[in-house]
Amino acid sequence: MQLLGIIISLLGGGVLSLLVGRQSASASRWLSLVSLLVASMFYISLWLDSSDPLATSIWLQHANWLWIERFGIHVLLATDGLSLILIGLTLLLGYVALLSAWHEINHRCGLFYLNFLFTLAGVVGVFSALDLFLFFVFWEVMLVPMFLIIAIWGHEGRRYAATKFFIYTQASSLLMLAAMVGLVLLNQQQTGIFSFSWFRLIQTDTSGALGMWLMLGFYVAFLVKLPGLPVHSWLPDAHTQAPTPGSILLAGILLKTGAYGLLRFVWPLFPDAALTFAPFAMGLGVLSVLYGAKLAFAQDDLKRLIAYTSISHMGFISLGIFAWNHLSLQGTVMQMVGHGLSSAGLFAIAGLLQQRLHTRDLNQMGGLWGQLPKLSALTMLFAAAALGLPGLANFIGEFMILLGVFQVQPWAASLSALGMILAPVYALLILQKGFFGAPAQGQLEVLDLNSRELVMLGILALGLILLGFWPNLIFNISAAPVDYLLYLGKGG
Amino acid sequence: MNWLELTSLMPLLLVASISVILLLLIAFVRDHKLTCWVTCIMFVMAAYWALTEMGNTEQQVTPLLIMDDFSRLLIGVVLLVSLACAWMSYAYLEAADEIREEYYVLLSLAALGACVLVASNHFASMFIGLELMSVSLFAMVGYMAHSKQQAHMTLEAGVKYMVLSGVSSSFLLFGVALIYAYAGNLNIDLVVSADGPRLHSGYLEIGAALLLVGVAFKMSWMPFHMWTPDVYQGAPAPVTSFLASAVKVAVFAFAMRWLMMAQGDYLTLLLLGLTIMAALSMVVGNLLALRQDNLKRLLGYSSIAHMGYVIITLAATATLGPDSISTALEGAAVYLITYASMTMLAFAVISQLASKDRRFESGTLIHYSGLLFQQPWLASALILAMLALAGMPLTAGFIGKYYLVLVAIESELWLLLSLLILGSALGLYYYLRVILVLCKTTVDDQPIDHGIMVFSGGEKLLLLLLVLATLWLGIYPTPVIEWVQLAIA
Repeated sequence: MQLLGIIISLLGGGVLSLLVGRQSASASRWLSLVSLLVASMFYISLWLDSSDPLATSIWLQHANWLWIERFGIHVLLATDGLSLILIGLTLLLGYVALLSAWHEINHRCGLFYLNFLFTLAGVVGVFSALDLFLFFVFWEVMLVPMFLIIAIWGHEGRRYAATKFFIYTQASSLLMLAAMVGLVLLNQQQTGIFSFSWFRLIQTDTSGALGMWLMLGFYVAFLVKLPGLPVHSWLPDAHTQAPTPGSILLAGILLKTGAYGLLRFVWPLFPDAALTFAPFAMGLGVLSVLYGAKLAFAQDDLKRLIAYTSISHMGFISLGIFAWNHLSLQGTVMQMVGHGLSSAGLFAIAGLLQQRLHTRDLNQMGGLWGQLPKLSALTMLFAAAALGLPGLANFIGEFMILLGVFQVQPWAASLSALGMILAPVYALLILQKGFFGAPAQGQLEVLDLNSRELVMLGILALGLILLGFWPNLIFNISAAPVDYLLYLGKGG
Repeated sequence: MNWLELTSLMPLLLVASISVILLLLIAFVRDHKLTCWVTCIMFVMAAYWALTEMGNTEQQVTPLLIMDDFSRLLIGVVLLVSLACAWMSYAYLEAADEIREEYYVLLSLAALGACVLVASNHFASMFIGLELMSVSLFAMVGYMAHSKQQAHMTLEAGVKYMVLSGVSSSFLLFGVALIYAYAGNLNIDLVVSADGPRLHSGYLEIGAALLLVGVAFKMSWMPFHMWTPDVYQGAPAPVTSFLASAVKVAVFAFAMRWLMMAQGDYLTLLLLGLTIMAALSMVVGNLLALRQDNLKRLLGYSSIAHMGYVIITLAATATLGPDSISTALEGAAVYLITYASMTMLAFAVISQLASKDRRFESGTLIHYSGLLFQQPWLASALILAMLALAGMPLTAGFIGKYYLVLVAIESELWLLLSLLILGSALGLYYYLRVILVLCKTTVDDQPIDHGIMVFSGGEKLLLLLLVLATLWLGIYPTPVIEWVQLAIA
């Protein structure tokens, strides 16, 4: 019930903010904050409800209603530890994005918060739907509000970026739809039951050649969302042109839906095909790591730079997932959370700088440390997290992924470890160009962080440090679901 | 004709009586509102009759018409579409400098033609229905001939439609004649099994091919689509909505009935033709839509593409043979219903805007800039229609598309499936373009002002009903699916 509560409170909050947004912009802001708070209360009660979430059962909650009888489609919502972590991340970044929108979004506020909360609701749905049809519905539905956020509140090239984002994702998800229907029909041939339930479909024998094709349908859709080479090119545009809260949602959460899909669907549904395909997927992962880092290095636009680092970090996730062992998957989960926090932090900072300096061009910045000490210090922290400094969450994630990958494909681990060298280069480039040296724009009268902004970035920084020192906060929760997924995927 | 036959034919009789009643009415009082009300109420009654009859035994009424559940369901759909068309025509004609009442006579005749077409299982009744529908439509397409703004567009469209439609009808008639020469019978069911004067079998194949051309013209399948964009653009918006939905539903229903019965070698030929037309319509239709600047024209190309998608169900019927086509039939019917609802929604918005300012239908997309912020509900309805046409989940369009994917995979039509995916991906671009224009805040850095447009309660209600239908079909399609299953059982 709580899962539905989370989704409905977000949807309802969205509709209400649209209605009050006509009268008062600030009312719609507060209303969305309230609806996030309500959603969080449902989330917390989900935790409290399951007194012993780790040991007895992997699945914390079931909600199961018949939806479309003809095709055995159910509204089937459930979470395990993995989903729980990701839903938590979604809500947390929801707060951060809301705080960043607080003063940046000044026109058509009601409509903005409608789209904002609908995106969150869609993502929560993606993380908790276990009926494939329902999953697909959420998967698509989170696109439309995000498209509108980019198209209406974005920067100069917003229409192009929004269209590209939408077409990439939608076209690839059509492949997934076809693969999904193919899988269901295959399952029907074997068992005689027409069902989209994940719990039924994982029992399908998908070892034949057809299994490979179906797996590829899913893989492409998730790879686009992740994104990985060679279908990454929507990401730099979308992230750069989106308004700050949009970038935070995109980088922080939407990318994770791709990784989640690979974990939850590709391996458990198609263990044989995935195993055969793993070396190729890992090769693409290595390429993403190196190519993303290389391109990040060449950018002048701060948001674009951060966007390319995301491609690089998502390459690690691709690697970790296709290594498919306990170490690498635990690392992947950690990397998902760590990247969510650090990239959200960096995008928030890019937004704050743009508000103050009216540019995203690193060459027009410089010497900011003197004027904006608090902001600069936090930038340093997030940049350090992105480059994988020990003591912060991302280090744990990347390190464990590399350890896990080395057991399976030593070459992939060795090559992608080079990414750990390239990361400091681009991370330090941000600091060097933007924050040290002589001020490029002369002495500007700019204000340092106010308390709202400090809270916003503080949440993220705290999370990164906390998980950097006590990674078991995540690992304890994710261990059981990861083992279950490994068991389904017949991995070691 | 016994009583049972008469009652089962009642929907058609009701629709036929509309034209008589209206002509008599007009002779005594010319009252636009009254005329429109009478038309709408009669459409509702006829549709209600047809849909509530469902589940009763099928009834062959004379050798010409069959009233089975398939007919009843699709007659219901056609009549509901006609109802929406009459409803949106009211405001449109009110704003026109034109004689208004006779329009509804034409509309009811066109609807009657469509119903006859749906129910025909005989080539003669098929031809009568088709011509009744087409001839009424010539006049409807050219109806705005006295309006200063629209005269040249609407006349051009009317003449174009008339000439090309006439050509296609002659193809069709020739095809029917050849089939008759082969089989000695015009009944669809009996064509194959009849012991006619067995001439050379080439008669049947050529006849079927010519018949397919005639059908393809009405369905605007490529390469027989040439008239579509011009006529869609030039015709008054309510007439375009009728052309885009009721006509397609009716002609497709006939095509389905025909192919279900067809057996033998010439099916391979038909399948080949269908596949080529599907491929062309899906890909080229979408490609040509990409850069269109007039919304009605754009929707014209979009309907070409959509009609290309739905060929998948026909091809599946032809591939699987009559024993295992239930999913294909079901898919076709569901797709047509969802398509009709979202197309009517899109055209209802256009027609309502055009009744305030004709530039919304004749001008470029620029006129729609910023509409989301000035007419939020109207623009949201149009956005919904675009998303539905693009096939987003929770809208009618997705259920239709899902069925097509299912049917394509079940009957292993891999080529058509991949073209469906390619075409849909292409299609996204122009649907999104419309949405982006609606969301624009400025044009050339000038703020946008559409002035004040006031919509009556009736217009709002129509829009609300169509929006609800489009969402309901997408969110909870079970009742409709059950209906359709009943109809094809």
